[in-house]
Amino acid sequence: MSKQRVIIIFPHPDDETFGTGGTIADFIEKGANVTYWCGTLGDMGRNMGNPVFANRETLSTHRRKELQEATEVLGIDYVHLGYRDKTIEFEPLEEIVTHLRTKLEQEKPDLVITHFPGYAVHPDHDALGRAAVEAVKEMKEEERPELWLHAISNQAATDLGEPAIVRDVSEYWDTKWKALRTHLSQADGMVDLLNREDQLERLKTERFYTGDQLR
Amino acid sequence: MEAIVREDVQKEIDAFAGKPVYVHLETTNGAYASHFNEKAHNVGAFIRNANVTYSHGKIISTGGGYRVGLKLELGWVYAEGLTDYEVDEQNRLLMAGHDEQGRLMVALEISQTPFAHEADSHE
Ligand SMILES: [Zn+2]
Repeated sequence: MSKQRVIIIFPHPDDETFGTGGTIADFIEKGANVTYWCGTLGDMGRNMGNPVFANRETLSTHRRKELQEATEVLGIDYVHLGYRDKTIEFEPLEEIVTHLRTKLEQEKPDLVITHFPGYAVHPDHDALGRAAVEAVKEMKEEERPELWLHAISNQAATDLGEPAIVRDVSEYWDTKWKALRTHLSQADGMVDLLNREDQLERLKTERFYTGDQLR
Repeated sequence: MEAIVREDVQKEIDAFAGKPVYVHLETTNGAYASHFNEKAHNVGAFIRNANVTYSHGKIISTGGGYRVGLKLELGWVYAEGLTDYEVDEQNRLLMAGHDEQGRLMVALEISQTPFAHEADSHE
């Protein structure tokens, strides 16, 4: 499956690595052009480093820098979409849809990866995923990219069945791990997670529903 | 940020009394609380750039942390669980309470100029 132009649409610095880091590394190795459209700077995040090195007012600066480093590790570009953390669901949906559709029409990707709306746990994930799905639907059929959707909710498999795309990314684990570690302010909030072998194993497989699995 | 020294923070609170100030007040237990524990509720609230004037304010030690109350003409600003503070280079009083993993649980910040609110602005 060759994807030349891939756009990833998630709301927070670190979503790109957790959900799609291995897949990105794989695409890049195969010569694809991947851009991360990052919705917010994660400025309302709860993790301030451990020991604490950020505060509410400086967190976005740290996270912007971490995102810069992570995207360098992954070998991709990023664009900041300019929304504020925790508030995407309160913006008028049509405005975000138009914003994304206009940009997608310019960029003409073969593939868009975003969150599965309603199954992505964080309200920003659900809201931006919803807008991205709508934006793709509004595009002319001949320009419409393929859509892969990342679900996080424990409820996803029960409600939606198994994702159509299950990718073993253990071959790219070193890159994904390195990118994860660049998200330093968030890293120690991840410690619990990363110390658990089963959770680590989960991160070595990346799963995506496809557009026709939407409901 | 460093651990709150009550007397020092009290002086900072006093310095803003009687002046129009902008307040950021927030509490959160994270967006994933109910994802990792089905019985947990996600709880959070924030107000950014509330423009108020307080006649006086006080910081009280609770042993483990601190409470701050600011008396307004028509009400109060209140925060509990504060543990750390700093006065940043813009002379803003930033206070926060963190758990043992450095995660923010509560924040109360006071400034004479508005806090960044544009999506893109950062300092
Ligand atoms: Zn996220």
